Amino acid sequence: MRHGRAFWLFVGPFAIGLLVFVYVPIAWSLLLSFFDARNTVTPTEFVGLRNYVDMLTDAPFLRSLGTFSVFAAFIVPLTFVLALALALLVNQISFMKAFFRSVFFLPTACSYVVASLVWKLSIFNGVRFGLANTVLGWFGAEPIAWTVSTSPPWYWLVLVTLRLWLQLGFYMILFIAGLQRIPQHLYEAAWIDGASRGWQTLRYITLPQLRTTSVAVLLLLLIAAYQAFDEFYNVLGTDRGYPPFARPPLIYLYYTALGSGGQDFGHGSAGAVILTLLIAGVTLLQGRVITR
Amino acid sequence: MRVARYLALSMAAVLFLIPFYLVLRNGLATEQEITAPTWTFWPSEIRWENFAELFSNPAVPMVRSMVNSLVVAVLQTFGQLLLCGLAGYGLARIPYRYANVVLYLVIATLMIPAAVTFVPTFVVVSTLGWVSDLRGLVIPGLFSGFTTFLFRQYFLNFPRELEEAARIDGLGHWGTYWRVVVPNSKGFFAALGVIAFVTSWNQFLWPLVIAQDQDSWTVQVALSTFLTSQSIDVVQLFLAAAVSITPLVVVFVALQRFLVRGVTETGIKD
Repeated sequence: MRHGRAFWLFVGPFAIGLLVFVYVPIAWSLLLSFFDARNTVTPTEFVGLRNYVDMLTDAPFLRSLGTFSVFAAFIVPLTFVLALALALLVNQISFMKAFFRSVFFLPTACSYVVASLVWKLSIFNGVRFGLANTVLGWFGAEPIAWTVSTSPPWYWLVLVTLRLWLQLGFYMILFIAGLQRIPQHLYEAAWIDGASRGWQTLRYITLPQLRTTSVAVLLLLLIAAYQAFDEFYNVLGTDRGYPPFARPPLIYLYYTALGSGGQDFGHGSAGAVILTLLIAGVTLLQGRVITR
Repeated sequence: MRVARYLALSMAAVLFLIPFYLVLRNGLATEQEITAPTWTFWPSEIRWENFAELFSNPAVPMVRSMVNSLVVAVLQTFGQLLLCGLAGYGLARIPYRYANVVLYLVIATLMIPAAVTFVPTFVVVSTLGWVSDLRGLVIPGLFSGFTTFLFRQYFLNFPRELEEAARIDGLGHWGTYWRVVVPNSKGFFAALGVIAFVTSWNQFLWPLVIAQDQDSWTVQVALSTFLTSQSIDVVQLFLAAAVSITPLVVVFVALQRFLVRGVTETGIKD
């Protein structure tokens, strides 16, 4: 019994908070998702599965999943390969190692809002004095309206480079930690066996030894891309609202549940439940990787 | 080979530093200079007056939003370390019949990324009347199942001999935790604390949802509002961005050791 009291002394405050701010919201949301709830957070009229049917047949909602897929198809492999490349390069040098590591890691200090500001108003500003257009101008090319042009959809270049800059350093650190766990004697044995120092040791030792790190990084990248919101909102949003294209799931949900067109918590909750179920599988896999 | 490596790294480093250069260049120039048709690499004259103009502009709540961000980040950092540290220790070390039930409830939350549940959380927090309120900004972010889980894993590997020595000295669980476990885990607490601070300072979606009155804006919400509406001039916007980064640059320079450790410990955290 004394153990019970001590246990709750330690765990109680956290457990109550978890209940109130995680479990109650989820339960409430499940409830709301079966009701009509416009501009109110109390359920008004029971509608059964209608909110779910509406969401799953709603073209913009399905398009938002498509937008996520396109974004993930670019950002996940690019970040993975470039972060691994940076980690390998930084890990192989000795002079100025800490300097390079710090430089690549420094963008983590910036928020997505700050990065969006730089990308939207300076690098990819559509006018002639934007950095990208200035560089194009040196080659005699015409300026491009980076964030508003839809054909070709240049905004993908803006959004993908932004996230790359911001997250590469973080994943590089994870890969460096993984590389440092590889026992040195594996390499020595391979060299004695005549393996070349470059490609062969990478292919047969480094990459297989990095398997756990790689799986974790891939899942993390996928989950992070799924939750993309900040840079889309800040780069593409204006005071006249958000354009009809390039709306990833959370942007869509934000405008459904909290947008200026009225707060629709019934549909918003149904959307949140669907998105949670879609991501739960991936995170379950992630949980198994990290708890191992 | 060695030369090629340094060449590749140096080119990458230049690319990585360009955005920082742009923030400073655009924030310390005049608007005419940075919107001129030919590129100026550095303002012909650094305009330090821009700082005074930014901080005295009544339309930009710069001081207020920086203070809000600082209060939120400090409270969330220490609140998380306190609550999740205690809970992690209880789950790791105090035998109790229902400890496993609680542990499963914690682990189950790891499957749900916090950002996906912003609508449900908003519903509950608005019912509590915490919209545009410090409590609404800070409290929902304190109960991180992931941080608690990391603490539990860490305490499972804490040397038992130290705790047993404390027990022999007559300390209970509470005394052992505060006098022996915490002082011997400073590095781990610092690592998770730095990550919590950086995450809190940079978070955007939740403050955007909950801080609806201008008085409760964090610095990210303030920057975003002026960016999307473009209601203040570009130079001030960039200078505001530079100011908003400063606390984290300080953290990076002073505490990088803990930050790197935090990233590798929490690698899993988004």
